[in-house]
Amino acid sequence: MNAVRAIGRSTLDLVRSAGAVAIFAGRGVAAAFSPPFFPNQLRRQAWMIGYTSLPVVGLTAVFTGAALALNIYTGGGRFNAEQIMPQIVALGITRELGPVLAALMLAGRVSAAIAAEIGAMRATEQIDALQTLSVDPYRYTIAPRLTAAVLTLPLLTVVADIIGIAGGWLVSTATLSFNGQVYVRNTWSFLTTGDVASGLIKSAVFGFIVALMGCYHGFFASGGARGVGRATTNAVVSAAILVFASDYVMTSLLR
Amino acid sequence: MTSEPLPVLLPPVETAPQSLRPKLHLQGVTKTFGSRQVLDGVDIAVAPGRSLVIIGASGQGKSVTLKIAVGLMRPDQGRVLVDGEDVTGMEAADRARRSPRFGMLFQGAALFDSLKVWENVAFRLVIADKVPKREAKDRAIEALGRVGLSPEFAALYPGELSGGMQKRVGLARAVVTHPDILFFDEPTTGLDPITSDVINNLIIEEVKRLGCTAISITHDMTSARKIGDEIAMLHGGHIVWRGDAKTIDQAENAYVRQFINGVAQGPITGDAGPVRGDVVRPRAAGAR
Repeated sequence: MNAVRAIGRSTLDLVRSAGAVAIFAGRGVAAAFSPPFFPNQLRRQAWMIGYTSLPVVGLTAVFTGAALALNIYTGGGRFNAEQIMPQIVALGITRELGPVLAALMLAGRVSAAIAAEIGAMRATEQIDALQTLSVDPYRYTIAPRLTAAVLTLPLLTVVADIIGIAGGWLVSTATLSFNGQVYVRNTWSFLTTGDVASGLIKSAVFGFIVALMGCYHGFFASGGARGVGRATTNAVVSAAILVFASDYVMTSLLR
Repeated sequence: MTSEPLPVLLPPVETAPQSLRPKLHLQGVTKTFGSRQVLDGVDIAVAPGRSLVIIGASGQGKSVTLKIAVGLMRPDQGRVLVDGEDVTGMEAADRARRSPRFGMLFQGAALFDSLKVWENVAFRLVIADKVPKREAKDRAIEALGRVGLSPEFAALYPGELSGGMQKRVGLARAVVTHPDILFFDEPTTGLDPITSDVINNLIIEEVKRLGCTAISITHDMTSARKIGDEIAMLHGGHIVWRGDAKTIDQAENAYVRQFINGVAQGPITGDAGPVRGDVVRPRAAGAR
């Protein structure tokens, strides 16, 4: 009986949380489309979320592309299919690994930073102060972060795609005796606009999820420094899980 | 123990002439968190131009009362009236946008870390009131001057200031838009006695200069006596005493006596449960 009660309570908590996140997201999106807008905040967030994430996304992409090339070469060798390695690397990077890895890097880096920053603003009453200064905190703190993440993650994904494919090219030409020009030609001729576009659509959704989780957990942080720490952890974990879950849903829809 | 009459007599809100209406009126406000009832029918009215200080032990609902008055929190029951208008369901950002204007000094100043001092002070002017940046900066520097900070401080960030200076900046931010109602949340908490006195003097000066209504919460009796025209004591979710600030030392109310004497023995035990009896209910008592 206790087990049933516990399951019921967990289910209710989950539904309650999902509802709270949905309402929060709705208010954030509504704020992003209604004036006043805060372009300086948007610029600042785009810089923080997009530009400063370039090194970590680039490094992740280059090593993932290189490792993927090695794995596909090894696996393909079992049935004499090593030559299709460039195409598989390109497909894997653009449709899946580019957007997902960029999103995961952002979940770890940006979602945590957003949750910590907004959580600290909550703990030091800066969110309350915004309201007493006649400024809607959703417009000033939430909407710019959501918008910036939705706009910059696709750009980061383009960079991750290029660098990831370059990583595959590098390891193929340096260690697997592939011809560099042939590798590029095969990749270019094989990729379709749909492959790249589906990755970019995914990344825009991932950007929204990553920023939303950071904002949500930070906005409702309570309990001082410990609460901010908890909010940061929850933001990263929930963003990562939601990225994977939504990746599956979107892959099903976009294949 | 007897409840003492209120010094300011005000007619019922709905029939009062505009000049006699309370500037701010909390009517029958209740608030519960989980199973704990923090406010249990709080009635407080503040006349225009008066300064009311709400005192009380920690955990008695002073901050909750202030947040409900400002609009940062909604009461479970009861109403918040500003100039006779019911603003209970209105969020703080919407209330702040309307007339009468209000300003608030937060306990920790609540300055925005990423903005310079002058940008903090001019924040509302630039963001909400659309005042040109240059004019807003001039007004911010002027406001900083009034709280004793020279223009050199304008270019610093809040993290580079001491706690007392941050309070001054918070005060400058609260008064720069010439508000009609000012709220002070523990204005001297965490400050040394001398800096506390400086902040108290600045509060008195600014409230007098602006001719505004002020509502403060504090447990610092020195501050309460100095900045308040009236003092109300909140305990167990009720106002248990209210009177002129000058008369508080003669008050016979046991809660007040224990609180101002700062002794452990007395009716205040640290238990925040509701108090029965000894409740000042202004309207029911016909005090206003």
